[in-house]
Formats: sequence, C-alpha cells, structure tokens
Amino acid sequence: MNTLIKVENLSKQYRLGVVGTGTMRDDFTKWWSGVRGKENPLLKLGETNDRTIIGNSDYVWSLKDINFDVQQGDVLGIIGRNGAGKSTLLKILSRITAPTTGSVKIKGRVASLLEVGTGFHPELTGRENIYLNGAILGMKKNEITKKLDEIIQFSSVERYVDTPVKRYSSGMYVRLAFAVAAHLDPEILIIDEVLAVGDTEFQNKCLGKIKDISGEGRTVLFVSHNMGSVQNLCNRGILLNNGEVLFDGSSTDAVTAYVSSAINFNTSNYIEIQKEHKNSGVLSEIEVKSLELLEGFQYNQYATNDPMTLELALFGNQSIDDFRVAFGIYTLQEEGVASHFSDPKFSIKKGEIKKIRLKINHHQLAKGQYYFNFAIGKGNEETGVREFDLVMKTLFFEISYTDVDHSKGIVMWDKQGWGSINLQNVEAIEM
Amino acid sequence: MTHLTKDNWSHIIQPKNKWFEINFREIWEYKDLIFIFVKRDIVSTNKQTVLGPLWFFLAPLFTVFIYTFVFNGIAGISTDGIPAPLFYLAGTTLWNYFQSCFMATTTTFSSNASLFGKVYFPRLVSPISTVISNLLKFFIQFGMFLCLWSYYFYKGEVHLNITVLFFPILILLLAGISLGLGIIISSMTTKYRDLSYFISFGITLLMYVTPVIYPLSSIPVKFKFFIEYNPIAPIIEAFRYGFMGKGAFSLFDLGYSFIVMVVLLLVGIVLFNRTEKTFMDTV
Repeated sequence: MNTLIKVENLSKQYRLGVVGTGTMRDDFTKWWSGVRGKENPLLKLGETNDRTIIGNSDYVWSLKDINFDVQQGDVLGIIGRNGAGKSTLLKILSRITAPTTGSVKIKGRVASLLEVGTGFHPELTGRENIYLNGAILGMKKNEITKKLDEIIQFSSVERYVDTPVKRYSSGMYVRLAFAVAAHLDPEILIIDEVLAVGDTEFQNKCLGKIKDISGEGRTVLFVSHNMGSVQNLCNRGILLNNGEVLFDGSSTDAVTAYVSSAINFNTSNYIEIQKEHKNSGVLSEIEVKSLELLEGFQYNQYATNDPMTLELALFGNQSIDDFRVAFGIYTLQEEGVASHFSDPKFSIKKGEIKKIRLKINHHQLAKGQYYFNFAIGKGNEETGVREFDLVMKTLFFEISYTDVDHSKGIVMWDKQGWGSINLQNVEAIEM
Repeated sequence: MTHLTKDNWSHIIQPKNKWFEINFREIWEYKDLIFIFVKRDIVSTNKQTVLGPLWFFLAPLFTVFIYTFVFNGIAGISTDGIPAPLFYLAGTTLWNYFQSCFMATTTTFSSNASLFGKVYFPRLVSPISTVISNLLKFFIQFGMFLCLWSYYFYKGEVHLNITVLFFPILILLLAGISLGLGIIISSMTTKYRDLSYFISFGITLLMYVTPVIYPLSSIPVKFKFFIEYNPIAPIIEAFRYGFMGKGAFSLFDLGYSFIVMVVLLLVGIVLFNRTEKTFMDTV
C-alpha cells in the first residue's frame, strides 16, 4: 500500500457576512494574539456548518477535523449534501485555498478539474485554447503538441478547431475542454461534477475515460451528486456531513449511508401515499393515491430555469364536481415558500382514477431543498376552503444548478439573507 | 511512478507559508504557461479591431501630439534643447510601459479571481507574464521612437552617448519596480479595496513627479528632492541622456533605483506569497 494523500486534522473556517470595518477589528485581534504568541481567539469561535440552523457566530467551520488517507489506485468518491464541505475539501486539495488548521501531504503530480474549460479565452481559437487550457492545468508545451491530434480527435470538433471558441455551441465548448483534461497525465486526478455536462453519449465517453485512467493505477478523487456514477466508478466513498466525515468505506456503503442520512430528504420521485402523509381531519371524499415528479434530474434535482412537472393520481370515493388542486412549497425548516390554487375545473366520478398534471413553468426558487404539500378541495384564499384530502411532506426536491444542462452548480445562496425566491423577471431600467 | 516512494511528499499543504518560502523552481516549471499567457494577451487584445496593432502606435502618437501642443506650445515648458516630439515620445514610451505593467499587476487577484478559484498554478506566473507581454508592446512603441530618433539624428539635432548601452538595464529596472509595486498593491487590495481607489489617481500624481513632461534640469533646487526620491526619475533621465545626449546619467542614482527595486520585489513577493493562499476566501 502506498499512501499518496494524507489528510490530517484538516479544518477550514470561513467568515460569514460581508467584508467591512468589523473585519478589520477581527484582523487586528488575530494579529495581536499572534504578536503575543497566543492562540488566535477567533479559532475558538465558530460552529458546525449546519445551514439549516440559524447561527450565532460570524464564523463557521466548513470542515472540521477531517482525517483520511488515499492509497495509490484508489478511486475515491466524495459525497454529501450541498454545503457538506465537499467543495471546500476539493479546493484545499487542489491548493486553491489554504486550510485554517491541519495539513495535507501529497505525493505526485495533481491535476484538478473543478470546472471544464478553466481559463478558456473566448477570442482565441480552439487550437490556441487547447494550449492555454493545457498549460493552466500543468502540462508542458511539448506535451500538448504531442497529444494535440489525439485531443482534437477526442473532442470531435475538428472542423472548428481554428475558429474562436466564442462561436462554439456550449456542447462543443465542453467537449473541447474535457478533451484537454482527459489527456492530462497526473498521478492524482481531482474531479468535481464535470460529468454532469454534455449529452449522454459524451457523458459515457467521459466516464469511460475516467475508468481508463483509474485502470492505469492512477488515483482519482471524484465529487458528485450522481450516486449512480459514484457507485459505478469508485471503489471507496467518503460521506461528508456538516464538515465532518460521517462515513468512510466502500462506495456502495457510502451511497447507502448518504441516502439514509438524508432523513427528511426522500429522494424518490414516485410516492404512493401512505397513512403517515395524511392529515386525519379530512373525510377523503377524494383520495390522493400517488404523486410523481416527472423529468427530474437524478435525485429530484432541478436547475433554476427548469420547468417542473408533477402528476397526481386521484381516486374518487364520491362523485365531486368543480374541485381544485392546491399545493404549497416548503423549505426543510417547514417554512412556506409559495402556494398555488388551481381553477375549480376538475371533476371526478365515484370509483374513478383521475390523473392531474401540474406544470410549474418558471419556479424562481433559489438553491436549496424543498418539499410539497397538496390539498384537494374547494375554495381558495378568498372564499375560504374545504379540503377533501391533504397530503403533507411528500415529494422532496432540490434546486442545485443554474443551467438546464446541469453543468453549473450554484455556488452559494444565503437563504437567511436572500430568502427562498430568486426573482427572475425583474427589469432594472436607467431613467 | 518510481518517485512515489515512501514519505517522499511532493507537496505539503499547510495553513501558512513561511515568510520566504517561494518556490522559484516551480515558477520555472511553469515557464510554458508564462509564454502562453503572454501570447494570449497579445493575440486577444487586437482581435476584432480593424486597425489591429496600429493602435499601439496611434495612442502614443496622439499623446505626444497633445503634450507638444499643451506643455511645450502653450505652457512653454523646456525640453532641454531636444526636439519636443522626440522628448515627449521618449518620456511617454518609458512611462507607458511602467504604467501599464503597474496597473495590470495591481489587479492580479481581483481580475483573475475566477481562474485562481478553479485551478492551482504558481500565482506569480500571472504578474510576470503581464510584465513580459507589456514588454512587447513597449518594443513596438520603442521602434516608433527609434524611427523619429533616426530622423533627428540624421539632421544632427541629437547625438548618442555611450551610456545608451545601459538601455536593457533601464528596462529591467522599470519592469522590476512596476512588478514589485504592482504585486504589493495587489496583495493589499484583495481584502480591503480602499487602496485601489487611490491607485487610479495616484498613478497620475506619480507621473507629475517623474520627469516625463519636463526635464529634471528645469526643476528649481528646492523641489528637486521630491523627484530625486522617485526611483523612476533616474531611469528616464538616463534613457534621454543615452539616446539624446541631454538629461542626467548617474550610476549612484541608478544604484538607488536598483536598491528600491530589490526591496519592492522582496516585500512584494513576501506579501503576495502570504496573500495567494487565502485570497479566495476574501476576494
């Protein structure tokens, strides 16, 4: 066994809020304690990074006392919910930011792909960008020249290789960028979610390439929300939760631990309604039988611009005309975010099963995890309501991307400060 | 992969660098990246312009025209007996190099934030490549200067001095001072942006205490020490002395500029080194 990465007591503290005069006071405190040879008092502050709890401190530990080793040939999947500390860990391992305490020891050449096409310059041609991107990722010029034909062929954009990349479609751009990255020859490869881009054919090509790389005895660290590919590619998994290692073991066990750790967050997109979802105060003239989220990305993830479609299957215990379907969207802290009451235009016969599709075209929800409540009944917020059936806390989903092809994860959204709705349809006009 | 043997760690990632821990070998390993950045800067500045590299000529040409008109024609500031256009062109060519290097390196962290946030390479690669790519622009302007200079030289209005051989050293001094000063400012403005407001007008003020639009000899003695503390002044004066025979050449003053450059570079590298590890958290 040859240990290539050794992570020891790694912690990272972040300051929340904006940089202002208060920051200067803290900097002074830090400096003054250093001058007197004392421990920085600010390091005693801070709390675990649980974004669901309102904190009291300006400081938060994004990672706290992380310890693990990576052996040569390991393909390690790092999983966890948004804000669990995955990105921070990758940033430290890629030497983009330094830890607050602790250390990481690394053997061998590291290449990290936290984004495809890092440093691409829109005005330069594809060929020029291959050199630029390759050099940024740590390749030597003659190495790139040697692999140039292979890279161009892998990207399958031969025809456009002498065109500025600003004229590329986003698919071509990603292909070219991944082609460069795939031809790096590092001993350790760090990858963040890059597989969630491009069409299926290209994704398979990428997965295949990563398999090849790991087959050659290289070490791969892989962060993903895609449990399928973690299970497929990795032999080992680490589950992070609120900045701490919750589980370290085989990738299959890690995925299982992830799914069950999300106690509130049920990732299935089809739910048959059981007793526990029901509100006992209703007479069930109409019953909700099942709920389904259609077109959701894996584990019910959506982009900020994705339309969302759900389907309700209703069963009529009595014949009822002119009823409506209403739903509310809530955060995991059970705060209401939005509601909708449909027109009273549905009717159902006794013994009939009726399917109703709800299409939310422009949801405007900010990054985060949410769930639905449903109410089948009559009346609305003006007239007063009478419900036939109420279904609570079902269909969990997550907004985690900014774009439709799920390549750009949302970096941060401070819900406390910015709320749950990210208004899209706003015009700012200079008068 | 024989080098991956026991406890032969190639990097150790820790909270802070030591004061002078700078890995020059690593920067050398990334020399290809420096040249590719230089190429990127040069190629991308002129894409989608009709006149292309001609802009490198036009801008200083207009400046010199205005300076000749305002400072020489209207204000009547002496040019030490040197033909006014040549005098101003010499000053602005050198000053432009200093200014463009300095202004570009001061924003190293803020303008590269998206790149630095995604990939590691020695951060000094960025300001170094800026200084080199501006050097190429400088040589284009310097070529223009040489053309004008030949004209006056042929007419016998200016004459060469042996100290013209110092020319490469003068350029290195300018590059070093702008790089040192630039990375100091860039390190100081990542967290607190206040300084960057000062810089944009500070650079204009600095030009007026540098003999760009006037010769050092025209300064009254009581103001002279202002300019003598300016490490750029001896460089511009020595340049004029070498090429045009008027100005001041003093090894002592150039030595002073050299010491300032070394100090600025050392301080700059130390500050830069400390900033590069955590600036992503504050930028």
